[in-house]
Amino acid sequence: MRRSTIIVLFAVVVLFAVSWFAKASAYNGVQEDYILRGFLVTISAFLTLAVLSFLYADNPFYKFAEHLFVGISAAFWMCMGFWSTIVGNLIPRISSSLSASFKVPYIPSEYVGPFPINWVFFIPVIFGLLLLMRLSSKLGWISRWSLAFIVGTTAGLNFVRYMRSDFIEQISSTFVPLLVEWRGIGSFISDFNLNIAGQFVVMLANWVIFLGVVCGLIYFFFSKEHTGLTGRASRFGIWVLMVTFGASFGYTVMGRVSLLVGRLTFLFSDWLGLIKQ
Amino acid sequence: MKRTVPLFITFFVGTLLIVSVFLPPVQSMGENFTLFFDIIAVFAFFLGGGNLVRIHLDKVSRRKKDWGYSLVTLFGFFLVLASGLFKIGNAGGIAASVTASGSWFQTIFERVMNPLSSTMYALLAFYVASASYRAFRAKNREATILLIAAFVILLGRTPFGTMITAWIPDSLSALQVPNMAIWIMSSPNLAGQRAIMIGIGLGVVSMSLRVLLGIERTYLGEDKG
Amino acid sequence: MFGIMAISFSDIGVALTLAAIGGGLVWLTIRSVKGREVPRRLIFAFVFVAVSLPVLFPITFKERMTPTVKAVFDKIESLPPGSRVLMSFDFDPAMAPEVQPMADAYMRHCLSKGHRVVFMSLWATGQALMTTSLDRVVRREFSQKVNGVDYAVIGYKAGNEGVLNVIVTDIRKMFPTDVNTVPLDSLPIFDGVRSCKDFDLVLTTGGGYPGAKEWVLFVGDPGNVPIASGVAAVTAPLLYPYYPRQILGILGGIKGAAEYEHELVNRYPQFADTPAPGLRMMGPQTLAHLVIMAFIIIGNITYFRSRKKEPV
Repeated sequence: MRRSTIIVLFAVVVLFAVSWFAKASAYNGVQEDYILRGFLVTISAFLTLAVLSFLYADNPFYKFAEHLFVGISAAFWMCMGFWSTIVGNLIPRISSSLSASFKVPYIPSEYVGPFPINWVFFIPVIFGLLLLMRLSSKLGWISRWSLAFIVGTTAGLNFVRYMRSDFIEQISSTFVPLLVEWRGIGSFISDFNLNIAGQFVVMLANWVIFLGVVCGLIYFFFSKEHTGLTGRASRFGIWVLMVTFGASFGYTVMGRVSLLVGRLTFLFSDWLGLIKQ
Repeated sequence: MKRTVPLFITFFVGTLLIVSVFLPPVQSMGENFTLFFDIIAVFAFFLGGGNLVRIHLDKVSRRKKDWGYSLVTLFGFFLVLASGLFKIGNAGGIAASVTASGSWFQTIFERVMNPLSSTMYALLAFYVASASYRAFRAKNREATILLIAAFVILLGRTPFGTMITAWIPDSLSALQVPNMAIWIMSSPNLAGQRAIMIGIGLGVVSMSLRVLLGIERTYLGEDKG
Repeated sequence: MFGIMAISFSDIGVALTLAAIGGGLVWLTIRSVKGREVPRRLIFAFVFVAVSLPVLFPITFKERMTPTVKAVFDKIESLPPGSRVLMSFDFDPAMAPEVQPMADAYMRHCLSKGHRVVFMSLWATGQALMTTSLDRVVRREFSQKVNGVDYAVIGYKAGNEGVLNVIVTDIRKMFPTDVNTVPLDSLPIFDGVRSCKDFDLVLTTGGGYPGAKEWVLFVGDPGNVPIASGVAAVTAPLLYPYYPRQILGILGGIKGAAEYEHELVNRYPQFADTPAPGLRMMGPQTLAHLVIMAFIIIGNITYFRSRKKEPV
């Protein structure tokens, strides 16, 4: 280990100890378990700083944080899946004794069949175990059966829903009135204004929606060459899409900044105590 | 066995789920098959966890580069696994929620996983800012349109936008920046997103059909069986 | 013109913040125009300072509800007390700073109106974040509300849209018990509830997959259930094609949360002293937006100057 690394490591350990002591002292008399609370807040703060240190350069503290995150996340999802779905949905349907062990109410079979248990629920167990065979180099191929189940379910679920919500409903919603509150051209000119809820602005919005969707789709339609009228429509489609991407960019900036503000608020309030939440 | 059975399973399950939408007597079967799917999804979590442990154990045992960090991954993994599976520190015992307040599992989530996850994404704020300075150029007409839309949204989604255009009279309120932002979102943005959505929707529907009919087989891998 | 701004901290701190950011931008402009490269780390440091200072010296603003936010607020207001609301926490810590303020505001609003709320999640992380929200809002501010009667926590289930496909017709099949293994049949809040269709409103908070889109596709449209969403900013533009027919309202990003919090305090003064993270974050948010816009302008000035200098 290089000398500079040892010095940095030593400094971080000292700062950690100081922070722990300071936070524990601050919590003393205010909260129970003040030593533990001081430790936990310090841990959170140092992990936050470890990740932020990546902005300077990739370094051992960032790598430590990154690897810890991967391990914790994987186990987190496993535990949640186990308690919510395996214990919550599967065990109550396949075993009364296991249900009693896990203190979940047993669900008797809905079907009249040769077995006293809800035997159909062994199907996902079998498919689940087959999926785990992927870890084996020789029997890995059999996990395809489970994969086929997953793919088939996803395809079956999506087919109707996307057709209805993202196709039919969207087409239907695009047929908006192109003349709103129309009382003739004279009235339109005399009442003309740029109020956000006014006739002209609402009509303009509807025209943009209608033409924007049609021209956007023309832009994505590659079976006909984009020349002449198709070319002009396609060009308008690109402009509409560019506005869309610009709006998405604006919102993305907004979202990312919010996350940074959230982390800095934590550092300045919970850890350093400089501001009140 | 390697291809025919999976193709049959895909066709059978997918078709049944589609039919269950239209035929109420089959609805219960459709619900059950979806429930099976949910249970198998948890086995996929186990597969992910098992694979992670296998890879990092291998890295540690062979003393590969950065194997020390693999120990960190394994430590975090087993600590959370033990805390969650045994519900350590859970005041309500085995019957209480795994995420009960004060349990080790919930505490590790709040104090370790939460800061790690949120800070990783917070880093992106810096990169977005840097990219804005270095790469966001009005090089042509399309890029300029994109830039103007982004500007209006960035300004319109802050109270500053309201402040600088509050003097504009009501009859011209569409020119106030926040209203321009609202108009962009609910008109051209809506149109563009809808065109994309219809395209993706058609893509999903046709891909689902290809999968169910066995035309699309890439998910089965490459070998022939 | 500045009537909507109320400086809530020392004016010196705010002035210092504005001067530091303004001075930094001027320096950056001069350096860029002169053609001297600005190192990446300097940009990062500037962003860090530009966001940190307004966090330390907050500027708070008054907010006005935009139509998509107003639609959600009015819907919750218009439901008679005792209405059933299903609220889903479909997010992780990476979205929490934006989305959790919305979730907390929804909770406060619904429980104040006397609605009965059921909490669930399609994300494993959502259940853990739900615990923090329940501790912060329900158990602290609404301690008189009874679990199982006024609200229920049924938590997380794996399976994404698979979960929704079942609960749209039979909620007990997917959630036989609540998170504490108490059968739904023994919780009065579920009397007469068979599926999502028996809820008066579904409030989704999230921003990824599965999220508001899946709720529309698998519950809102097939079950004819009103859906309102509070989503991370990245997702908000994608949901507009569903508004208002398929999604009745959208809170997009921290601005949406701030607008909602502001209106909540307006209508329910008892929340005047409760934390409003959305409103608080709008100060740093605003300055960060202005800094990024300035970056784009400076970058473009440099670009056009360098293009002029290049031989044709």
